[in-house]
Amino acid sequence: MAGADSDDSLYPIAVLIDELRNEDVQLRLNSIKKLSTIALALGVERTRTELLPFLTDTIYDEDEVLLALAEQLGNFTMLVGGPEYVHCLLPPLESLATVEETVVRDKAVESLRKISHEHSPVDLEVHFEPLVKRLASGDWFTSRTSACGLFSVCYPRVSSTVKAEIRQHFRTLCSDDTPMVRRAAASKLGEFAKVLELEYVKSDIISLFTALASDEQDSVRLLAVEAGVSIATLLPQEDLEALVMPTLRQAAEDKSWRVRYMVADKFSDLQKAVGPEITKNDLVPAFQNLLKDCEAEVRAAAANKVKEFCENLPEDSRETIIMTHILPCVKELVSDTNQHVKSALASVIMGLSTILGKDNTIEHLLPLFLAQLKDECPEVRLNIISNLDCVNEVIGIRQLSQSLLPAIVELAEDAKWRVRLAIIEYMPLLAGQLGVEFFDEKLNSLCMAWLVDHVYAIREAATCNLMKLVEKFGAEWAQNTIVPKVLGMANDPNYLHRMTTLFCINALSEVCGQEITTKHMLPVVFKMSNDQVANVRFNVAKSLQKIGPVLDSKYVFIHI
Amino acid sequence: MVSGAGGGGNDVQWCFSQVKGAIDDDVAEADIISTVEFNHSGELLATGDKGGRVVIFQQETENKSQPQCRSEYNVYSTFQSHEPEFDYLKSLEIEEKINKIRWLPQKNAAQFLLSTNDKTIKLWKISERDKRPEGYNLKEEDGRYRDATTITTLRVPVFRPMDLMVEASPRRVFANAHTYHINSISVNSDNETYLSADDLRINLWHLEITDRSFNIVDIKPANMEELTEVITAAEFHPHQCNTFVYSSSKGTIRLCDMRASALCDKHSKLFEEPEDPSNRSFFSEIISSISDVKFSHNGRYMMTRDYLSVKIWDLNMENRPVHEYLRSKLCSLYENDCIFDKFECCWNGNDSVVMTGSYNNFFRMLDRTQRRDVTLEASRESCKPRQVLKPRRVCAGGKRKKDEISVDSLDFNKKILHTAWHPQENIIAVATTNNLYIFQEKVN
Repeated sequence: MAGADSDDSLYPIAVLIDELRNEDVQLRLNSIKKLSTIALALGVERTRTELLPFLTDTIYDEDEVLLALAEQLGNFTMLVGGPEYVHCLLPPLESLATVEETVVRDKAVESLRKISHEHSPVDLEVHFEPLVKRLASGDWFTSRTSACGLFSVCYPRVSSTVKAEIRQHFRTLCSDDTPMVRRAAASKLGEFAKVLELEYVKSDIISLFTALASDEQDSVRLLAVEAGVSIATLLPQEDLEALVMPTLRQAAEDKSWRVRYMVADKFSDLQKAVGPEITKNDLVPAFQNLLKDCEAEVRAAAANKVKEFCENLPEDSRETIIMTHILPCVKELVSDTNQHVKSALASVIMGLSTILGKDNTIEHLLPLFLAQLKDECPEVRLNIISNLDCVNEVIGIRQLSQSLLPAIVELAEDAKWRVRLAIIEYMPLLAGQLGVEFFDEKLNSLCMAWLVDHVYAIREAATCNLMKLVEKFGAEWAQNTIVPKVLGMANDPNYLHRMTTLFCINALSEVCGQEITTKHMLPVVFKMSNDQVANVRFNVAKSLQKIGPVLDSKYVFIHI
Repeated sequence: MVSGAGGGGNDVQWCFSQVKGAIDDDVAEADIISTVEFNHSGELLATGDKGGRVVIFQQETENKSQPQCRSEYNVYSTFQSHEPEFDYLKSLEIEEKINKIRWLPQKNAAQFLLSTNDKTIKLWKISERDKRPEGYNLKEEDGRYRDATTITTLRVPVFRPMDLMVEASPRRVFANAHTYHINSISVNSDNETYLSADDLRINLWHLEITDRSFNIVDIKPANMEELTEVITAAEFHPHQCNTFVYSSSKGTIRLCDMRASALCDKHSKLFEEPEDPSNRSFFSEIISSISDVKFSHNGRYMMTRDYLSVKIWDLNMENRPVHEYLRSKLCSLYENDCIFDKFECCWNGNDSVVMTGSYNNFFRMLDRTQRRDVTLEASRESCKPRQVLKPRRVCAGGKRKKDEISVDSLDFNKKILHTAWHPQENIIAVATTNNLYIFQEKVN
């Protein structure tokens, strides 16, 4: 018996066991996290006969403790004596599965699913399935919702009579009185369908799906949409039209915008599940309707999927479908009243250029990009600018650059500092795409202006920006263009600007290299060590510490 | 034979059952009852008071040997729900008074309710504990430590029964979503979401998420000088998860459908009764303000309470005056601010009778189907067990008959603002200033 060891080794375990009951929740939590240590010390038999019954009754505790307990029990198989005893873990997990706190219940269900795999088929029938039955017919909604998550793990390995029982229980829960339970059933419908034999998918699941998809509660119907997509992947093509499509079509026109939103959100998955024929005939018109929906949230969700939808259209008819059906709707969305819709569109619209090719892009898409570049909402403009690389591939950036520059300048000078910050973050990317000449000509002055912005966060980001630009364009470019200007700021009357010089030097010294740092930057730093303002002086000290590693060690020793 | 679901207000004879609260004339401000609510089964009755406390009473299980003594309500749990706070930014005190309590449908062995003050809503869990662990390794049960060297084996604690303990713990706090004072909360039939309404906005919350809420109605005008009406009450439909209703200070009720759009500023239906021009007076606008709106249990009707009447709405609208006799006293009621009193109303279990409070500790029951009504009084004089309540009559003017009380002698400080009807049986809870009266149907 493990417990009869020397007193020394017992004491820490004794402490842990006592702390399971401590008033302080942190100590209890700590003990629960070390439950495996306690179980090891007690040995498998005492763990089964004493520890587990104690844990079964400890459901009065705080959520974090119960959550930790549910997690621990999922890994306890060996500590109770291996797979032949794993069913002993079921009672405590069963009581955890009835707790009102969703995170705890979900963790308990997760652990039950884990240990179900350790059960032999006989044990599944003798112990596990009765547990599932008890939960499914329990008085409390919480036990019935937990039951929904357990059907799919015990179904595959049990006998056909038990399988019939399980299917019956699931059917009952799908028409439970409480919306909470029906929601749980709807969210597990897809997963359960995956483990069923095809004949039962067709006979049972389809009718359950149809019922849940016309439930009176919006919250149930919208979960049925996702289930529908999973079910569609399981059925052969010829059955889809008859069994699933009518319900999905209904969902796309549901009275509740929340259900339509779900359809829009899952549209790409749906497209992949139903295949090219049904996509052409059914989904294209449905998608058009969602893009024109009266509720902005739905339009935004659909707009987000435009690129993915177009990419996954069958190759032979792709271009025609896009040009005839999708593009007109997209054109409308560019001038939508709601900014979130336009913003969602802007983040994906550039992707269409790769699908449509050069000519179509120039003729049809380019005007749309330019329109969005001039949109009054900064987020829309930002989303366009951040996706320029797709367009670059297809038509080259020159076409856009005429409109691009004013747009960038406007964003760079926007009144809201967060907008200015966002454009700074795109600057290295843009510079890379536009090339060094364009940058020097047009954007250099902007970057310098940011260094003396009112807002510290901007000055800091601008400094970081300079560093990234030097990484892209090289030290020589830096020496010719940036460094003189940065060092010039050291004579600025405003002490904040002088400090910015120091921060720039900190950032640039490493990328510029030893030579530039020693020749040009260091003298400036030394000069500022006699600055009038104390803040500048102690930042000089910090700078010296930072750039020290870059310099030649002899130099450091002599001068610093 | 007693019918369970409750018959009409007039076939039923009401008798006194219990009174809770201090029976003396010195009423402490903190003890003033501000809300009363039965839970879905009627087994529990919650009251909230001005001091931020919630008291829950539980109906005892039926005593078979004494069938005439219907189950009594005894204190089950008391806890401090809200504390007074100070808003430093606006230099305003936030009262701890509980404005509303709403029970959640039961989902496991514990009970849950939402309670709100002017700014913050809290979800409370009330649970029972009847077992406790015994057996320490390192100390005796009374706390004395044992000598560590005497430990030779490990001991796992065991659970043993103990006296029943009822614990209340706050599970969620929904704060910082309302600029104005919260007047209503209502739980959706989906058991997942609820709404909270203040003077100008209604927010939709998810019970699991405390850091976000969605604004679904906003009637704040761009220019506050153009403000003409405020929201006075809001409620979700009992079965339709997408429908809710809100009432305004101008006497209108708007029905909104959340399916149609994300922001429900446009109503689906508007209910308004055009005013009788002969009754128009200086006070018309004030007394048309709706103080409470309640759906019937079956969801087909809706009841609203304004100052002088109770109205029941359907496609065929009906309305019933409550204390029409007060019309002549409106001037003095305005002067003592009583005209701004907010009376609540409630339905009985089978939607045949409605009840609302009035002054002088009177309350009224109006039977819809039989079109009759009765006025009863909650007073200390009728406090004998099983004493039947006698109907009261108010005389508006002219010759006062015996047993009637003149409208001029009504005590306007004794008002019954909050009432609740058991969802299945004929048991009612009526709150006077600081007492809770429980009346039952007389059992023969």
